[in-house]
Formats: sequence, structure tokens, C-alpha cells
Amino acid sequence: MTNEVILLDFWPSMFGMRTRIALREKGVEFEYREEDLRNKSPLLLQMNPIHKKIPVLIHNGKPVNESIIQVQYIDEVWSHKSPILPSDPYQRAQARFWADFIDKKMYDAQRKVWATKGEEQETGKKDFIEILKTLESELGDKPYFAGDDFGYVDIALIGFSTWFPAYEKFGNFSVEQECPKLTAWVKKCLQRESVAKSLPEPEKVTEFVSMLRTKFVAE
Amino acid sequence: MADEVILLDYWPSPFGIRARIALREKGVEFECREENLRDKSPLLLQMNPVHKKIPVLIHNGKPVCESMNVVQYIDEVWSDRNPILPSDPYQRAQARFWVDFVDTKLLKPADQLWQTKGEEQETAKKEYIEALKILESELGDKPYFGGDTFGFLDIAMTGYYSWFEASEKLANFSIEPECPILMASAKRCLQRESVVKSLHDSEKILELAYKLRKEYGV
Repeated sequence: MTNEVILLDFWPSMFGMRTRIALREKGVEFEYREEDLRNKSPLLLQMNPIHKKIPVLIHNGKPVNESIIQVQYIDEVWSHKSPILPSDPYQRAQARFWADFIDKKMYDAQRKVWATKGEEQETGKKDFIEILKTLESELGDKPYFAGDDFGYVDIALIGFSTWFPAYEKFGNFSVEQECPKLTAWVKKCLQRESVAKSLPEPEKVTEFVSMLRTKFVAE
Repeated sequence: MADEVILLDYWPSPFGIRARIALREKGVEFECREENLRDKSPLLLQMNPVHKKIPVLIHNGKPVCESMNVVQYIDEVWSDRNPILPSDPYQRAQARFWVDFVDTKLLKPADQLWQTKGEEQETAKKEYIEALKILESELGDKPYFGGDTFGFLDIAMTGYYSWFEASEKLANFSIEPECPILMASAKRCLQRESVVKSLHDSEKILELAYKLRKEYGV
């Protein structure tokens, strides 16, 4: 039986990017369908009735929701190549911990950087930079978060890098200055085919964020 | 080599209980160390420097943090008995999805039930029941969320089940009329040996909640 894999997604979503990368890491053919988040498709609402969010992975008609869960699912179904999670239970627990850290901390903090101004933005910026520094400290001198191999935590984080220039523009700071090792890690990840094919151009994301910002901030 | 398993815990924690249950389901001997959350031990701060929270599982000196991450780790290390997660990848993804739902949609209203009063508490009650009803619908007519066997989502939910009685008294409502099927499953879970051994008296939990409410001026 052939695999039918559909991904309901939204091009600037740092979460959708995770699933795109995971599928490409495994060499899985999939159909990418762009959603208009202001006019969600009946399929999206049917496949993710609880959250009504993208990305939605539909594998042979059955939905898997939540990007980090999708990445784990992809790793388990297409387990014959390019492992995403390490095989050792302790290393796996560490990878899950850091992906959870990213999920708990990054989204809200980064949002404050581009969707607010004044004091709220300054506080948001400080929190965001601190989170990046914590991640950079965890990366250390390793090429990737798990060591020599590109994997789970890299996939969880790399999509946010397409939003970095937007954060820098509106938050008035430099990610490279604050986190040089993380910046080097981004460049390294971008050399990977699965990542390069899955990430939009940061300039386009910045354009999108600029438009979005006008809805939240009166300037 | 003998396994050394230490659990840094806090007795009423709905998250700590998850780790206790998982260890007991697997028959793993462990040392439970009670933390004073107002005066956290140097070990806790060393083993969970990022969040400084319990539970922390320390297995042969190495820490694992975040309750459901701890449960998955326990399932993977002691994989030869009583599986917690199903073996099918799709079922595993569903279990993980619902655990994520529980810890995003049930968590905040569950806390607000005992931390607030008046209108805020009423809103929390509505959200809490709404989330429980969605979960009940997911349960369907299965004895457990895991189907015939007590599993990953059941363990996650038992943390909240352990606070049901206290929550009902604090917010003056009854869960059973709203979610009779979920309540039946909850009772089943609360009678399981691993749970009974891990649970603390509901009365004590309620006492603590009253005490904390007073302290916070609620």
C-alpha cells in the first residue's frame, strides 16, 4: 500500500517547518497544502477539531496534530533511515526536555519582541535573549544539540531562525552579537538539504511580520 | 549494577504522582525525597537548573525532568514489563496529543479552582468542566484512555484525579453529574495498586489547599 502523506501548513510557521524538515530528512514524499488561517479549510477543521491549527499531518487519511508530536511520529513510522531521536533512553529524555523547553518558552517570548512596544517589548526582548542564551549554553561547542548528528532539538528550533531578522528589526538587537555560537549553528543547519528546502527566506518572513505587527502595534 | 533511582518530589503534586505511579507500575525500587518548595534542596537546583521544579528523577546520578518526560523515560528503560505507551506509532501520537491537551487546557483552570474565588473561580470551573467533557468524549466507552490497559494518558490524568475531591470542595461543584463516564474511569484508576501506594489522603490535600488560599489572601 502506498503512503499518502498530506501536510496542512502555513508557510511562515516555525512549527510547520519542523514537520517539513522531518519528512524530508526521511525522504518521505508528501503533498504540501497551504492554509489561509483567516479562512480555514473544512479539511483542517475536520482533522484538527480541538485546536483548529496547523500543521496537520494526514497519513493515509488519519491526522496527527502538534508539530513536535508529528516529528516523533515521522521518526517512528519511517524508522529505517536518518534517526531523529537518539536511541539511548537518557539521550532521548534530554532531547525531549529541550524541545519542551523551546515549546514552553520561545513562542510567547518571541511574540512580545515583534507584537508589542515600549516597556512590554523591552522585557520581552530581555526574556527572549535569555532563552536564546540558555539554548546556546546547552549547544555548547557541539555541532548540533545532540552532538555530531542533526536531530530532534535542532528540528524543534531551526524554524525560529527565519524569524530572527524580524526580531532584530523590531527589537533592535543582534542575535549574532548576543549568541554567536547559535548563529553558527543556524548557518550549519541551513546547509542541510532538508532544512534549506523547508525554510522560507527570512526577508519574506520579515515582510510578513511587518504586516502582522501593524495589527498589534499602533506606531 | 544495581539501579539507583531517586525521585525528588512534593507529596500533593499532581505531577510528582505521575512519576511515582510509573515507577510502581514497573516495579522499580526508588527513594522518594520530599522537597520543601519554599526551600529547595541544592540537589534539586543542581539537577533541574532550568526550571527548578519537581518531579526530578535521578537515575544512577543522571537527572530526567518534566513529569511526562519522566514517564516516557521510565517506560523506555524498563521496557520489559507493563508497557505504558502503546507500541503502534499512530496510537502513541494520539496518547501524546491528549497528554499535551491535558497539560495545556486542563492545567490552568485546575490551578485557578483552588487559587481563586468569585467570578474568576466560576470561569475556571466552566473551562475545567469543558476540558473534562472533551476528554470524556475521547474516552468513549473504554475502561481506560489506554483502552483495556492503564496507560500514558491515564497516568497523566491521575494527577488531576488526585485533586478531584479537593477541587470539588474548594469550588463547590460536583464532577460526576457532568462527566459520569470519566468519573468511573477515574475511580478505576484511583483503585489501582500503583496509584493507591502513590496517593496521599484527599483530606490532607484539601487542608493544604485551604492553608495556601489563606496565605495568598483568597
